[in-house]
Amino acid sequence: MNLHEYQAKSLLSEVGIDVPPNLLLKQASAKQVATALPSSETGRWVVKAQVHSGARGKAGGVRLVASGDEVVEAADALIGTRLVTGQTGPAGLPVDAVLVEPAAKIEHEYYLAVTVDRALQRVVMIGSPQGGMDIEAVAASHPEAIFRAVVNPTVGLAAYQARDLAFALGLEGPQVKAFVGLALKLYRAFVERDAALIEINPLARVEGGDLAVVDAKVSLDDNAGYRQADWWQQRDVAQEDPAERKAIDHGLNYVSLDGNIACMVNGAGLAMATMDLIQHAGGMPANFLDVGGGTSAAKVTEAFKLILENPRVEAILVNIFGGIVRCDLIAEGILEAAREVALDVPTVVRLAGTNAEQGRRMLAESGLALTAEDDLAAAAGRAVELANKSREAAR
Amino acid sequence: MSILVDESTRVICQGFTGKQGTFHSEQALAYGTRLVGGVTPGKGGQTHLGLPVFDTVADAVRETGATASMIYVPAPFAADSILEAAAAGIEVIACITEGIPVIDMLKVKAVLAQDYPDACLIGPNCPGLITPDGCKIGIMPGAIHQKGRVGIVSRSGTLTYEAVAQTTAAGLGQSTCVGIGGDPVGGLDFIDCLSRFADDPQTELVLMVGEIGGGAEEAAAEFIRQGYPKPVVAYIAGATAPAGKRMGHAGAVIAGGKGTAAAKCEALRAAGVHVVGSPAELGVTAARVLENRSEGMSAS
Repeated sequence: MNLHEYQAKSLLSEVGIDVPPNLLLKQASAKQVATALPSSETGRWVVKAQVHSGARGKAGGVRLVASGDEVVEAADALIGTRLVTGQTGPAGLPVDAVLVEPAAKIEHEYYLAVTVDRALQRVVMIGSPQGGMDIEAVAASHPEAIFRAVVNPTVGLAAYQARDLAFALGLEGPQVKAFVGLALKLYRAFVERDAALIEINPLARVEGGDLAVVDAKVSLDDNAGYRQADWWQQRDVAQEDPAERKAIDHGLNYVSLDGNIACMVNGAGLAMATMDLIQHAGGMPANFLDVGGGTSAAKVTEAFKLILENPRVEAILVNIFGGIVRCDLIAEGILEAAREVALDVPTVVRLAGTNAEQGRRMLAESGLALTAEDDLAAAAGRAVELANKSREAAR
Repeated sequence: MSILVDESTRVICQGFTGKQGTFHSEQALAYGTRLVGGVTPGKGGQTHLGLPVFDTVADAVRETGATASMIYVPAPFAADSILEAAAAGIEVIACITEGIPVIDMLKVKAVLAQDYPDACLIGPNCPGLITPDGCKIGIMPGAIHQKGRVGIVSRSGTLTYEAVAQTTAAGLGQSTCVGIGGDPVGGLDFIDCLSRFADDPQTELVLMVGEIGGGAEEAAAEFIRQGYPKPVVAYIAGATAPAGKRMGHAGAVIAGGKGTAAAKCEALRAAGVHVVGSPAELGVTAARVLENRSEGMSAS
């Protein structure tokens, strides 16, 4: 789960990390600005669109303004719009709030993050003196400018590791001590809040030498929602794909894709493999959809509904490998769903494993326009063929 | 022969009396697994499925001589169950549970490495492992397996069953199948399983099923490139998956341009692995590779 910048900063501030004073606006309220705008030494403020995406600046989602009136103006221009960045796709994301902060005089921008290194199976803190830009680009062009501290979870981030990073980043004097304090608190926030990623980019050295958390990004571990309930209640579903959000509510795992052939599969690996098969057969998958191991007729019905809401879908491929789940039960679910949702898209069903024979017979005898296939590749090929046919027929 | 478990392995179940534990223990018993008891704290002394229930894993090990455990404990408590099994001296710990927080698994990994280096953790978030006709520890359907020549190691569940069914249909059968799980932080990895299959005389070929995300397949490719004694056939799921989206498994996400199927396939191919582009070709490819190999041998 991703947090907004304002939520991320509030999470950091909970563990004692200093963040700039700010004002969150959910509407362009002149009254709120007049009473609560934090003072700015530079006489300038930044107004930042709160969306779950980076690259907001380039997309016009970050405005530099010089008065309270201009804050209101910028807020008015941003709130209620959709921001399209290089990371959002053409539909963009809704801007329901802006965060206003005094603009700082930045002398240098650093990068600082905490995440899990999968190869090492450890938490790592990553720092770079080249902040303020895409860290992957820095890693590609200047790998020597990326520094890492690998954390042993039984002791946590050690102070010497934080000092090493501070010196590697080129910090001096009182900044070193400030950085070490920040780094230790950052690690604590990561562990205590079950984060998957915390990124401060940039961490800035401002006029006078202080370090400032200019932008922050936090993703929380989806597996730990049960013990981070306070943060999960603040999840902003407006930033998520509506179909994906609906899927979560029904215990389904769904990801929207651009193609025309929908698929419904039990198991994540097999679902990805089914997408690959569709492409192998010359088609493009419209979605990833894992109905899970212990799936029920009700879940299958919801899955069909979800698939059919996508207007691009021209054929459906159902691929179930019955293990613990019996194929006759799946077939029953498919029939129930087909009747309930008036299934009018050509559908290929491939059932394999436990009671597959019985399931196939039930589908064949149903009188519904379902095509049964037992072979994996043949099923994908058939779905692509039917999609092409239905497109031609539509012409 | 086989790897990790066989017909003589004494197995216990943690979370024995729960719904999942009960169902899959019944299945394991029906398959012929030497399940010798289970653990549910507070229910020690009772009998379940005709087997003794213990309060602690230590009790179970002492009374039954178990060396393997399958864990069906809910996610908030599963990391603790893994540590309990390791502390009691269990050698093969298969954690089926999905949804364990990463922070918990990082701690478990560190403790296992430091204090219990001989414990083999499989999973979490995995189907478990099976040695056909010997020992089924997990949620896979037993009937599709057949004792045979192919070792299977996979990050997936149902996709593994697909590979199993294909190798059974091709008449090859399996030595042992290990589902290593779909989480970013887990126990045995591809290399651990490849090493064990290399030493197992029953295994003539290894079938590797990977997926997008992380670098485990690339690391395995490097391991194979340095000289692996048996042919390897591989399939990587997720060639069509978009970057930045988690595809069901917590570990299946292309992050920062890393972990794509294309990069993994390329690394494996460069290491001499037979990479198949379609998951429907796993069985036939394994059969062809083994056939060519035996022909090559008889010719020489």
